[in-house]
Amino acid sequence: MSNLEILLILIIAAAIAYYATKRQAQSWQASRDKTKLDSLPNYYGYFGTICTLLPALIVLSFWSFIEGNIISALVVSKFERLSALNASDLSLVMNEIKIIVESGLSEKNSNDLFYEKAAVLIERYSSVSLFLKVASVFALSILGFMYAYLKITPRFKARKKVEKTAVYLLLLSALVAILTTAGIIFSVLFESIAFFSQISIFDFVFGTHWSPQIAIREGQVSSTGGFGAFPLFWGTILISIIAMIVAAPLGLISAIYLAEYAQPKIRNVVKPILEILAGVPTVVYGFFAALTVGPMVSGFGDRLNEFGMSFEIELFAGLVVSSESALAAGLVMGMMIMPFILSLSDDVINAVPDSLRDGSIAMGSTKSETVWKVVFPAALPGIVGGFLLAISRAIGETMIVLMAAGVAANLTANPLNSVTTVTTQIVVLLTGDQEFDSIKTLSAFALALGLFVTTLILNILALQIVRRYREQYE
Amino acid sequence: MNNLEIVKAGLNKRYAKERRFKFYGIFSISLSMLFLFFLLFDIGAKSIPAFTQTYINLDIEFDKKLMKLQDQDSYSEETLFSASYSKLGRNALYKLFPEVTERKQKKALRQMLSSGARYDLRDAVLENNDYVGTTQNLWVLAGDDIDAFVKGLIDRNIPEADRRVKDYQVEWVDTLEAQNKIERRFNINFFTSGDSREPEQAGILGALKGSFYTMLVTLLLSFPIAVSAAIYLEEFAPKNNWWIDIIEININNLAAVPSIVFGILGLAVYINLFGVPRSAPLVGGLVLTLMTLPTIIISTRAALKSVPPSIREAALSIGASKMQVITHHVLPLAMPGILTGSIIGMAQALGETAPLLMIGMVAFVADIPQSILDPATVLPVQVFIWSDSPERGFIALTSAAIVTLLVFLFFMNLVAIVLRKKFETRW
Repeated sequence: MSNLEILLILIIAAAIAYYATKRQAQSWQASRDKTKLDSLPNYYGYFGTICTLLPALIVLSFWSFIEGNIISALVVSKFERLSALNASDLSLVMNEIKIIVESGLSEKNSNDLFYEKAAVLIERYSSVSLFLKVASVFALSILGFMYAYLKITPRFKARKKVEKTAVYLLLLSALVAILTTAGIIFSVLFESIAFFSQISIFDFVFGTHWSPQIAIREGQVSSTGGFGAFPLFWGTILISIIAMIVAAPLGLISAIYLAEYAQPKIRNVVKPILEILAGVPTVVYGFFAALTVGPMVSGFGDRLNEFGMSFEIELFAGLVVSSESALAAGLVMGMMIMPFILSLSDDVINAVPDSLRDGSIAMGSTKSETVWKVVFPAALPGIVGGFLLAISRAIGETMIVLMAAGVAANLTANPLNSVTTVTTQIVVLLTGDQEFDSIKTLSAFALALGLFVTTLILNILALQIVRRYREQYE
Repeated sequence: MNNLEIVKAGLNKRYAKERRFKFYGIFSISLSMLFLFFLLFDIGAKSIPAFTQTYINLDIEFDKKLMKLQDQDSYSEETLFSASYSKLGRNALYKLFPEVTERKQKKALRQMLSSGARYDLRDAVLENNDYVGTTQNLWVLAGDDIDAFVKGLIDRNIPEADRRVKDYQVEWVDTLEAQNKIERRFNINFFTSGDSREPEQAGILGALKGSFYTMLVTLLLSFPIAVSAAIYLEEFAPKNNWWIDIIEININNLAAVPSIVFGILGLAVYINLFGVPRSAPLVGGLVLTLMTLPTIIISTRAALKSVPPSIREAALSIGASKMQVITHHVLPLAMPGILTGSIIGMAQALGETAPLLMIGMVAFVADIPQSILDPATVLPVQVFIWSDSPERGFIALTSAAIVTLLVFLFFMNLVAIVLRKKFETRW
């Protein structure tokens, strides 16, 4: 019996419980002495549903989550051969055993008797676990229903109970946000600690040699030089700088124009069109950067080179543009975050009270002088907050850099070279099949920790600035 | 020089500055719009070749010997399914060009047909069992190089060594063209088949279904959780409580966490800790749920906030409980806003790629997923996989997949805008 089937039966049971308890309440209402109910009959029904469903569901989900791990642990403890293995080998062996279980025990497909023994054991435990699960879930469901049915009386405050439960469920949903953050921290922190126990933080942050692809065996302490992530940080910063050079002026000036100069008609047309840019998936930008902008940039570089040679100008000599360049990725990323800056700046500029503008105009200044000397300084904190959010987005952007910036860890200030970024390396390290505990994989978690902490700081800073700014003019 | 003159002298300069500033504004807006149109036009133009496909008309002789069938009058479905079809197409080509005898050229001749042609022939036989032993005039799928050549993507004027289609192949295509035996048709394959290593056989149905299942999981989980969370935070949460402040800061921050971090969470928690199957729409949906939650929560809260207090007070005053006020009055009134926010959140999730790479949805999956537990890929990841493929035909396919994705996103956003416009109430 699969979880889905159990769930379906539970739902049917809950529906029955709803009608049974509701009918009970209605029958009191309809009885000769016209008993006055505390709550509407519906609420008695809801109460019955909750009692039938909730405890059973909790047990079901909890059991399903831990069942696999418990069975594995039990099997491992039964076989000395398994408990002697280390974690990564063990998971491989267990996977193989599970495949045997899934393909059916009747086929003698394994050449090792041991595997079959383990598989038989797993299957036995699984059936026991399934039986216990089904029995306990249905027993709880029936007990819950009986409890509800016996509990309700005309004076029973069903509505209060139901509403209280509902509020707790709502609170539980709100806690998912905290759970998510905890999950993120949990998933990156432990692996990162394991990583930093082998490679010092200093080497990681300031080392300039990044080549994690070279397999490092256990105990091979000397070659820690492969995990110097500085070139990645620099690549990320370089591309973000290029993106901001493109996006900041374009976004800001467009926002000022739309907020201060454009007629409402034009504004209503132009703003949604520019916001399309924000809705385009990043993989599309990546494709565009890799296939159109990248070759264009390198073609332009070649043209410059020829031009330089024909006039014998030294400046462009030796200018080689690789087809995967930081410039191409940065340009496209700039266009991607432009609408973001545009709408954030637009919001804050519109929040500047008109009295400031009127004052400045009344003193005889032109519109642009008003904008630069009055509106802009007043909106500055908000704009800075918006920029910080944009930078955080540029740092975390993955697809564009993955597709257009390359994977070579070059430490270079030349935007025409290919660089790599933190996000790119995380993808490169974690896609493909490798064991989970290798130091190569762990380094990806350390990178992710750095990424998360950096963007977290930027976001909190930015949100704080924007919030304070809003309060100032509200 | 009096004050007036000083002012007047500077005035022209100031007006010029004003004009210049206005020009910068128009310039930067035009530049951005130009970029958008260039982006859409570029991808649209690149996608056009993917919507047609080259077919070659051949007299296919369904010879029992070539099909490795025993001499019988009728065959069961199974025998026909497992029969050999690979030699049928090439045999017909050899007959059409009997002058080709050299081994290398013969190989080139074989490659005129797609390696998937045999499956088409198989399907044709399965549909019409009486084909066996007869000769039928059929249109057969051409190979990707020939396809690219017929579409004009390979220039016949460049030297032979630099192009993938050899001179004799060009000749054959010309001969076929003269006999009206080569033709471009609408590429139905693209919408009806899964991924393939061969561009002429690859389609997006697998990715579309994968996206559908992933979105289904995302919607079913994120919508109820997000709406409940928003209701709690907006209506029930105690004010000035540090607990609640932490939740709020958390939600705002989660909205700005890089998407790839959610992928890592999915890898470490869902796959490694809970053992959810890798590459499945289920785990993809679980990851995207966490990503869309903040978006939907924030827009739901805004929608709840916009319902005027008078409505709540009216309901409360005639004896409704707080929960009744919310479920009977506030929520229905806020629903258009909530739905708009949810659709926008779902559109974001539909276009998301990076976190799904982390949880193994980037694997090559040729089969079309049938449930949320089958290995699958989604549309944007398919775009990424194809854009990485070296074959020429994949550029057009990638663009066509992007066009499909953008069409979906466009409609989702359109629905959101229409909803907002139609049901927007100004209180």
